[in-house]
Amino acid sequence: MMDSITNFLSHFFVTGDPMIYGADASIALVSVAVLAVLTYFKKWKWLWNEWLTTVDHKKIGIMYIIAALLMFFRGGVDALMMRTQLAMPGLSFLNAEHYNQVFTTHGTIMIIFAAMPFIFGLMNIAVPLQIGARDVAFPFLNAVSFWLFFAGAMLFNLSFVIGGSPDAGWSSYAPFAGIELNPGVGQNYYVLAVQISGIGSLATGINFLVTILKMRAPGMKLFKMPMFSWSILITSVIIIFAFPAFTVALALMTIDRLFGAHFFTIAAGGSPMLWANLFWFWGHPEVYIVLLPVFGIFSDVIATFAHKTLFGYAVMVWSMIAISFLSFITWLHHFFTMGNTAPVNAFFSISTMLIAIPTGVKIFNWLFTLNKGRIEFTTPMLWALAFIPNFTIGGVTGVMLAMAPADYQYHNSYFLVAHFHSTLIAGTVFGIFCGLHYWWPKMFGYLLDEKKGKWAFWVFMISFNICFMPMYFLGLMGMTRRMYTYPAGLGWGPINFIMTIGAFGMGIGFAIMAYNIVWSAIHGKKDTTGDPWDGRTLEWSIASPAPEYNFAHIPTVSTRDAFETMKEEKRAGRAKPPAPFKPIHMPNNSGIPVIMSAFMFVAGFGFVFWWFWMAIPGVIGVIACLIARSFVYDDFHHIPVDEIERTERAAGRLS
Amino acid sequence: MQENENQPVSRDHAGFPWKQVIGLLLSLVLTFLALWIAVGHLLPVQPTIAIIVALAIFQAFIQLFMFMHVTEGTEPVHQLIGILFGIYVAFAVVGGTIWILYYQM
Repeated sequence: MMDSITNFLSHFFVTGDPMIYGADASIALVSVAVLAVLTYFKKWKWLWNEWLTTVDHKKIGIMYIIAALLMFFRGGVDALMMRTQLAMPGLSFLNAEHYNQVFTTHGTIMIIFAAMPFIFGLMNIAVPLQIGARDVAFPFLNAVSFWLFFAGAMLFNLSFVIGGSPDAGWSSYAPFAGIELNPGVGQNYYVLAVQISGIGSLATGINFLVTILKMRAPGMKLFKMPMFSWSILITSVIIIFAFPAFTVALALMTIDRLFGAHFFTIAAGGSPMLWANLFWFWGHPEVYIVLLPVFGIFSDVIATFAHKTLFGYAVMVWSMIAISFLSFITWLHHFFTMGNTAPVNAFFSISTMLIAIPTGVKIFNWLFTLNKGRIEFTTPMLWALAFIPNFTIGGVTGVMLAMAPADYQYHNSYFLVAHFHSTLIAGTVFGIFCGLHYWWPKMFGYLLDEKKGKWAFWVFMISFNICFMPMYFLGLMGMTRRMYTYPAGLGWGPINFIMTIGAFGMGIGFAIMAYNIVWSAIHGKKDTTGDPWDGRTLEWSIASPAPEYNFAHIPTVSTRDAFETMKEEKRAGRAKPPAPFKPIHMPNNSGIPVIMSAFMFVAGFGFVFWWFWMAIPGVIGVIACLIARSFVYDDFHHIPVDEIERTERAAGRLS
Repeated sequence: MQENENQPVSRDHAGFPWKQVIGLLLSLVLTFLALWIAVGHLLPVQPTIAIIVALAIFQAFIQLFMFMHVTEGTEPVHQLIGILFGIYVAFAVVGGTIWILYYQM
């Protein structure tokens, strides 16, 4: 009896590595500390009422960003562990299996649990404000999306200390990810955690598509929307059409792993290549899901700080639409070398190169927006300006990789790794940091410190180049990705050492940014005007932080830079006197999303361990929550006029 | 009714949701029919595939009409663009997959 318990526990918990024991201890300490602080300051009720049950898009956005920053930290620690292991030839900081787990969790976390939720957070905060709406179209569903993402992220991170992490790479190729070659629970964590958060992502796509199509302020035609909202509209369409492929692929692999089917194993007539095919049918559009929104952020930020209207607005929109079309017919370029026929490789090679055209158009539009602008070098603007050359390097090397014959040389070398980090860091990461600094005052009512922000920017940006520029050459010298060590004498050592210095520099840059957030929370400059950047779009027309109902009056829009026009009218003395307030209809908070996601977590955990006694009650709980929700009718309240008056007066909006 | 304002859920029911119930039952029947044909090896491979594809297309229409309000809405152009893009993506994934994997068969 005792033996079997010991045996179970030693497999249940990950054992044998001092770093893991350290992580166990720190997770336990942090959890206890959080519970103690909440209890000591009697904050449980506040947490439940204000945050856990909220359906307010701004609060959901803030929760997305907090979670994404934590995941970004975890993914970053994974990266530093890999760079430490590779700093010199023949190190044994991580063993081969541990290294496999670390690069798998690094990739999965950075894409699915850091980049996407960060973007979802920014779009939650900015899109309804930019289009003059009081919330998203489906506020309850929005909360469900967030909590499903959160449940998935927690489930995935749990694998680190309980049961063991997945180790088949973030792309999780069959047959290695199948049950025969990968019998532990690690890959189960991958398929289930990513599936759970993927349901949330799909719902977010639907939610924002409807929000943008249906809830724009009167007069705001589609071609008068701010560019960030346009980018989210197109991203939502890509999410809706790309995610189902991944949902299906993950479901098939789950059935393979849990119930012994053979969709992806050759032995019984399956096809491992079908996994790569379905994965990348989602995976390539996914690249644009995390890139198009930051294109939108950069467009708004560059126009704001060049103090000019955006150059080539219509072309910007049409190039994004072109990218959304092309993004669905390029997926094979991720596996040119898997042995396809020549016409197949030729088609996907050309379609991939075509994407460079609309992207190049956008680059030139940003440059022309800067041309003759009155450029103001704020922190968000620095991130946006650095994006242009750094991202272009990633784009140009992408065209090199798009040539199928040449790809036989580059494929899975560090050249490829450098390419996608050039696009995903110089594009997505610079973009989310840019958006974070830009919209921070709208979220919290104070600004992040400019001086520290600029320090963080320069340290991060220079270190990024120290880390990833040499990586291209390392790839051409023959080092392939996912090697856990390499012998001396190949000439790789010095370059790897320089890259490791760069990686730690990026860590320092991130630490400065974290310090800036803490410092600014205490000493940050208050944003009393609601318009700290002399903005051009509607989110800057309301107080900072935005009131619960966003707009006391829904604005009427007649031009592209709606708020800029309002300010000009005000200067010219043509502003209309405000109409009297009317009661505002708002959705009620609900505890169902967080409870349902907790059941989803329980079900996911049960399936990971083949514990159906645990999984089935979890699924029943989810269904019960769905049924409970469909009988809720009193799901709204009205904010009375005197409360609106009080809020507006407190924000200095009523004289 | 203004669409850009938040709206409460409609309380007055238009009777029992027969459309959704029939849609659900038909979806279940079609799904399990496809599963039964495939798992039971009732027919040779080619007819099996043909039948599954036919059932899938039929079910797609059930989804569109019973659940996805394809005939409703204030702006039909949205529905049209959505369906055309859906056909494009479906063609890309099905056609592309067959083209890519064909030499293996």
